[in-house]
Amino acid sequence: MAEAVRYRKERIDRGIKARTDTIYVLSSFRDMVYLFLPRFLPIILLLLLPFFVKGGYWEKVLFYSCMFALLALSWDFMASVGLVSLGQALFFGVGAYISGGLNHYFKMPIFLTIPIATLGGALFCTLLLFSVLRLRGVYFSMVTLILPLLFAHLIETLDILGGTHGLLSLTPFPSGWLSVYLAIIGVIICLFGFRKLISEDFGLVLRGIKDDDRVVMAGGINIHWYKAQAIFIAGAVGCFAGALMTHYYQFVGRSVFALDYTVLPLAGAVLGGPGSFAGATIGTFILVPLSEVLRALGGLRMALYGVILIAALVILPEGLFHYIERRYHQFERDVRI
Amino acid sequence: MEIVIYGITNSVTLALMAIGFSLTFGISGVPNFAHGAFYLLGGILTWIFINQLGIPYLFSAILSVIIVGLLGFGLYWGLLLRLRGLVVNEVIATLAAAIVIIEVLRYMGFSGFTYVLPEFIKGSVNIGKAWLDYQRIFLVGIGVALIIILYFFTHRTRVGLSFRAIAQNERTAISLGIDSDWTAALSLAFGSALAVVAGLAILPLGSIDTEVGYDILIYALAVGIVGGLESVPGIVLASFILGFCQILVATFFKAQWLTVVTLGAIVLILAVKPSGIFGKYKELEERV
Repeated sequence: MAEAVRYRKERIDRGIKARTDTIYVLSSFRDMVYLFLPRFLPIILLLLLPFFVKGGYWEKVLFYSCMFALLALSWDFMASVGLVSLGQALFFGVGAYISGGLNHYFKMPIFLTIPIATLGGALFCTLLLFSVLRLRGVYFSMVTLILPLLFAHLIETLDILGGTHGLLSLTPFPSGWLSVYLAIIGVIICLFGFRKLISEDFGLVLRGIKDDDRVVMAGGINIHWYKAQAIFIAGAVGCFAGALMTHYYQFVGRSVFALDYTVLPLAGAVLGGPGSFAGATIGTFILVPLSEVLRALGGLRMALYGVILIAALVILPEGLFHYIERRYHQFERDVRI
Repeated sequence: MEIVIYGITNSVTLALMAIGFSLTFGISGVPNFAHGAFYLLGGILTWIFINQLGIPYLFSAILSVIIVGLLGFGLYWGLLLRLRGLVVNEVIATLAAAIVIIEVLRYMGFSGFTYVLPEFIKGSVNIGKAWLDYQRIFLVGIGVALIIILYFFTHRTRVGLSFRAIAQNERTAISLGIDSDWTAALSLAFGSALAVVAGLAILPLGSIDTEVGYDILIYALAVGIVGGLESVPGIVLASFILGFCQILVATFFKAQWLTVVTLGAIVLILAVKPSGIFGKYKELEERV
């Protein structure tokens, strides 16, 4: 009786890594291209994109994509410390309101409001979250889910900072180029900075806190201080995005605390693959233009993000980026069993 | 006097909103952030059954409770089973499911004054200076009855005890012969069905608005967190604290403070004692 011939997939690493993640043996130009292409391609693409979408509608989409990519990166950074946030809108909104408020009430110019909003907002968020840093897992997530809502309602109730009307006619960017390039450079710095940071000793501690916080404590490391630093960094990125958006829109209102700014970055990061930063960027750069194409769906877009989020969690839990990375670094061939 | 009466009805309303959520998330440890969405869906299904299919009120109510209960069961088998154990992913997935349900309902336009569920009995009664419609009296009755049933269910019946068992220690529960997947799915189904029951009691007081899908989730979270997720007395105490706070604030300040009080209570309790006033099982897991 003829046995059915069966195959299984065998994966073989490409033979370029010599010893560790950072020591390579480069023997040919091909190896160099293999190694550097994935690093430089996104940078070049991002820097060139504004030339292709010069002005108009798609430049706006590019700007949005960068905004949400920043938020997704900041989510991913917090998630890699084990702080899963369900409220990136908090950072976004705080940054937006600080820069908007400074500009509206004190007539500060843009080159002052954005840095102040970035650092001041991050400091504010860190102090705010400091008391709940001890919470683990889902309890922390619930606090972050509630806080943006609380702020939105506080602003409405107290009628401060423009109340329900928001702050109007803020200073715009001198040119569209500046805003888009600020956003793009922000994304590039965060993307590569975070990837570098998380593989350093500092990042090692952060990942350790995610895996087992009590072991890190037993190692004599003050995990609250590290968590606070991580929130400050993530907060600064989120606030920067908020501040940019404020001046881009020339308006800041309660909508900056809306669920959109939480769900879309989350969906992007989960779709792209959490923990890699590149995944978060790829995910948002897929989702935001997609949602613009599907603008005709109107209110259904939020539902679409929800569907994508569920699908990504269930079907591809490792995320797009890890999948692509694996295909890039490994050959696959069928081996007869 | 009015404050006491309004406070009691408001508190029981809150307890009613929270009861299904506490059963799933608190008592059996399965996050169901689609609670508010199911509440809304139940109300709208009933409306469709009554007004478009012409089914009598009682049958349409029972039908929508059953349908949403099955939907909760399906949510577990279809979605949560694949993510079991990663609590945060479970929360994200159910929250996403809630967003999908609510936004689709919003898109289909189920919101506004046309969408009103019938009251059980029309009319109202005058107690002191307070006007109380019969619906609210019914609501208090249903709420009290459900809380008593829930208490005996989770402390006396086999199924109820297994709900609590899988939340306390899933592996031990399995070793004692409890099918944890089946129990968790059942608990999600019961919780969703209770959300619809709450919806049928509360929604007739106003018109259906899709925004309540999110609001109910927040109220349920608030009650669950303040009281301690796993305890029935906690639900009662928390809804009375929150209910009276809301009424006092709404009476002496502005009505807008109502939501701020609720949200503030959640953040405060989470920061100070995350397992809530009555919670005790999770104290080791919640923080470091």
